[in-house]
Amino acid sequence: MNDRLDPMSNLDLDAPDTYLDSNELIINMGPQHPATHGVLRVILKLDGEKVLGTECVIGYLHRGVEKIAENRTYTMFNPYVDRMDYVAAVSNGLGYCEAVEKLLNVEAPARAKYIRVILTELNRIASHQLWLGTHALDIGAMTPLFYTFRDREEILKIFEKYCGARLTTHAFRIGGCQYETYAGFEKDVKNFLTFVAPKIDEYETLLTTNRIWLERTKNVGVISAADAIALGVTGPVLRASGVKWDLRKAQPYAAYADFDFEIPIGENGDTYDRYLVRMAEMRQSLRIIEQAVNGIPEGPIMGKVPKVIKPPVGEIYHSIEAPKGELGYFIVSDGSTQPYRIRVRPPSFVNLQALDIMVRGLLVADVIAVIGTLDIVLGEVDR
Amino acid sequence: MPNFIMSYLGSTLTPGQAGNQFWALIYVLIIFAGVSVAVIAMNWIERKALAHFQIRLGPMRVGPHGLLQPFADALKLMLKEDIIPSEADQFVFWVAPLIGLLAAFTVYTVIPFGPSQAVSDMNIGILFMLGVSSLGVLGIVVAGWASNSHYPLIGALRSSAQMVSYEVAMGLAVVSAIVMTSLNSTGTGTLSMIGIVQAQQQQGVWFIFKFFPLGFIAFGIFAIAMVAETNRAPFDMAEAESELTAGYHTEYSGLRWSLFMLAEYAAMIAVSSIAVTLWLGGWMRPFPNLLHAPAWDFIFSLFPGLTFGALAAIALLGTVRMPSHSFFKIQRVGLAVFAGLLGLIALLLLVIAVAGRSADSGLAARFNDGIGYVYWFVLKVSVFMYLFIWYRATWPRYRFDQLMKIGWKVMLPISLGVLVVTAIVGVIF
Repeated sequence: MNDRLDPMSNLDLDAPDTYLDSNELIINMGPQHPATHGVLRVILKLDGEKVLGTECVIGYLHRGVEKIAENRTYTMFNPYVDRMDYVAAVSNGLGYCEAVEKLLNVEAPARAKYIRVILTELNRIASHQLWLGTHALDIGAMTPLFYTFRDREEILKIFEKYCGARLTTHAFRIGGCQYETYAGFEKDVKNFLTFVAPKIDEYETLLTTNRIWLERTKNVGVISAADAIALGVTGPVLRASGVKWDLRKAQPYAAYADFDFEIPIGENGDTYDRYLVRMAEMRQSLRIIEQAVNGIPEGPIMGKVPKVIKPPVGEIYHSIEAPKGELGYFIVSDGSTQPYRIRVRPPSFVNLQALDIMVRGLLVADVIAVIGTLDIVLGEVDR
Repeated sequence: MPNFIMSYLGSTLTPGQAGNQFWALIYVLIIFAGVSVAVIAMNWIERKALAHFQIRLGPMRVGPHGLLQPFADALKLMLKEDIIPSEADQFVFWVAPLIGLLAAFTVYTVIPFGPSQAVSDMNIGILFMLGVSSLGVLGIVVAGWASNSHYPLIGALRSSAQMVSYEVAMGLAVVSAIVMTSLNSTGTGTLSMIGIVQAQQQQGVWFIFKFFPLGFIAFGIFAIAMVAETNRAPFDMAEAESELTAGYHTEYSGLRWSLFMLAEYAAMIAVSSIAVTLWLGGWMRPFPNLLHAPAWDFIFSLFPGLTFGALAAIALLGTVRMPSHSFFKIQRVGLAVFAGLLGLIALLLLVIAVAGRSADSGLAARFNDGIGYVYWFVLKVSVFMYLFIWYRATWPRYRFDQLMKIGWKVMLPISLGVLVVTAIVGVIF
């Protein structure tokens, strides 16, 4: 990690234009590239097709979300967090609301917590479906993308019926939920559970035992548990390396303590294991949703939150298990209606650090596979 | 009418062999037009089939069921600005797509659509075909090089390495089919494309079933190698969209880009034609030796007409199923006209089949035979074209090193082994 790459060091700009010398090839992958999941720019140093080193250049989607927070009230900032990881907006909202609730020292009512769990887990499935589709597309399998999008649509429909928005949902409020579930919510969710379980099997028939898929993902982008921990990697990437670490179990938030589910882990920490872990996670999410929707309690959906949110002076760090890993909010309050500072610990940003050690010595095609398997969202990396 | 036009009509030789330049030119024009139409049709079918694999509808807006989409695309590509990057090697950049196109189309001179339905029949036909079709790689390499840009360069290098290594396995598979041609009663093998099909006729077996499973393995090797040879999924490394943006034609746009596409599809049809000629009996209808009674001849000669009739019925069904909103009126009329056109062709073909029933009815019989040959040949080729689409919808892409590993370490030894065993078995039996 110390030998950081200076992409220009080997370039002699006065040298005659020829490819016949033995210089390494420096390639800019991105920010406009079909497979860098947005506007990631990776500078690749290549020897033929072999990757000698990478340098990630980020910031093309920087919107200053954390700075915006300092000029908004706590309530006003809530919708902004949806724009970070826009494919898992519900998780972002959950993390933020819970962090502020912790700062205010209020608790959401049990019913609100259950609604939160259901929506967040639905969102986890949606996020993993999007990951699967794009990851498979990167590796060259076009068809899973359309299958996953077809099924993700059902989740988005539930979101739309619940809060009117499909992607950037703004589903939760500080202290609970704004909306009561609509009539037929439970039925819709249960229908979705029976609908999607065979669909996940369908994705697996296309990929899990596919010879080409195995060759493209096995032993590609291996990261050891020690390396992953040292880099702060979290989420499915960490779990695929064999570390049983899931914040839903390790420090239960919302209503996760009430549910029975397992943490799927991998062994080799390669791209294939990460694929299997995420597929298993989708099934575990279905289990959680099923328990939550069956045991959803009656009662209020908003806790006792003052009209004007003015947390006491202090600071708080609260993190949740977002689909991509540990999503943390560090909030400093100066006692006013606006946060003094909000710092987000986005999982994509931290996981992206692992790219370099994962792809060194592999080929160009593997860089694409590894970027896909890290499941980054540039909105979250750049914020 | 001049003598050279009419005199050829009774001939059973190809125009090239008969030395009749006029008919050779006519054949060239027919094949050029036919292949271009096939590419256009293939474009539409691929988009539609791929869409249906992927629970989409595909093109639906331009014409009924998107039937006019390829024409709209062609028009768009022709009207686009012709961009040559300033850093590119202007002349080479200009000439590269033409090389690919030329190589892809030249191959068709020896493809036998029937015993006399070819431009020419060279005694080295298959060698000529392999040689010319492998020239296509030159266009790709030169395009990547002339673009003076990283992604095209990598794409071009990938494709050259890939094509060269798969050509070896492909060539050996072809040789094992050629070895089979020498097992005639006369004992002389042939490299002529027409001769290869006739050898299958004489031996009474398609070479895919000859010495089962030897012919089948050789065919399988060829079928895999030809996908790699034409840079199609799952071996589309050279233009791997998610890795190299567009590979060797990243810097190309407009008409030049469309020439690459035309060349790719023409090459796909060409290699499929080789596979059909070598292993699947070329122009022959199923069971020509078993079911050779005139009645069978008549039944099989009805197939082209019936196929077009079925297509017309499908189009008619589409017309009926179209929503009865006034918005669809023009599309509806268009599709009905299209169905009518297909129906007319079907009727014409059926009339020819009935008129040419007996061999002594002269021109009609000759027409009837020719239509039958071309029909069965095209039908077999279209099976391969469908497979190309199916592969693309189903499989992920191989990595470059894995592709080379399969080419050199798996397919080359197998094809070599099949060749040796075929030769030994051929000598013994």
